[in-house]
Amino acid sequence: MKWFWYASPQTFYPVAGHIARWCAAAAALLAAAGLYVGFFVAPTDAQQGEAYRIIFIHVPAAWMSMFLYVVMALWAALGLALNTRLSGMMASALAPTGALFTFIALWTGSLWGRPTWGTYWVWDARLTSELVLLFLYLGFMALQAAIDDPRRADRAGAVLAIVGVVNIPIIHYSVVWWNTLHQGASVSVTRAPTMAATMLTGMLLMALAFWMYSIAVSLVRVRCIIRERGSS
Amino acid sequence: MSEFLAMGGYAWYVWGSYGVTFLLLLIEVVLLRNRSRQSETKT
Repeated sequence: MKWFWYASPQTFYPVAGHIARWCAAAAALLAAAGLYVGFFVAPTDAQQGEAYRIIFIHVPAAWMSMFLYVVMALWAALGLALNTRLSGMMASALAPTGALFTFIALWTGSLWGRPTWGTYWVWDARLTSELVLLFLYLGFMALQAAIDDPRRADRAGAVLAIVGVVNIPIIHYSVVWWNTLHQGASVSVTRAPTMAATMLTGMLLMALAFWMYSIAVSLVRVRCIIRERGSS
Repeated sequence: MSEFLAMGGYAWYVWGSYGVTFLLLLIEVVLLRNRSRQSETKT
């Protein structure tokens, strides 16, 4: 089977290098376009003034933080089920970038909340569950770092990652289930977005840039892991 | 230019967000580059 052929670290290694290079270039171009639209095309918000421009990184970073966790858990689950070596390596490679985007989402949200809500932080359901996500990422990384045997570290991390997945729907639906200070979704698959088209364009361009960045960085990291495990 | 940098009085919030984001992504890339070099010389 072709899929299993690529599941071998040795065959995946050069492929990952090629994809990483293209994604890095795409990330730079998309970020340039996104920043241009975000700062020079999108108009000033009538209520929030210029402070709203933070959402061009806040929302894409928050999306990435959740999406990367789901992908990480899927790789982890695949590794547990099929015992493929590459799966665990992919999960480990995604965790630091996921943690980074979670922190960025929290940080930028905080700086947006201060002028808009009047506070840097509140313990509402959305903010708290996103903070829990950061601890899940950090816990996953700490657990893996604490176990010397990489295969055992993969399995232990996988269990934690899979259990932690329950937090993802909690983050997503937190603004619906609880009465949060955080607003509901402005962009949804099922209905028209409640923001100006140019603002949405800027946000989607930044989201794509973060996607490409994440793919590039994770693939470079998985190549490091393949080399490190291969040499030891 | 200075008007652009002032961000309508929200300079700290806007540039604080973008600055930290950019800095963190840069740190990740630099750390990864170092790790990449290190594992390359080992093998």
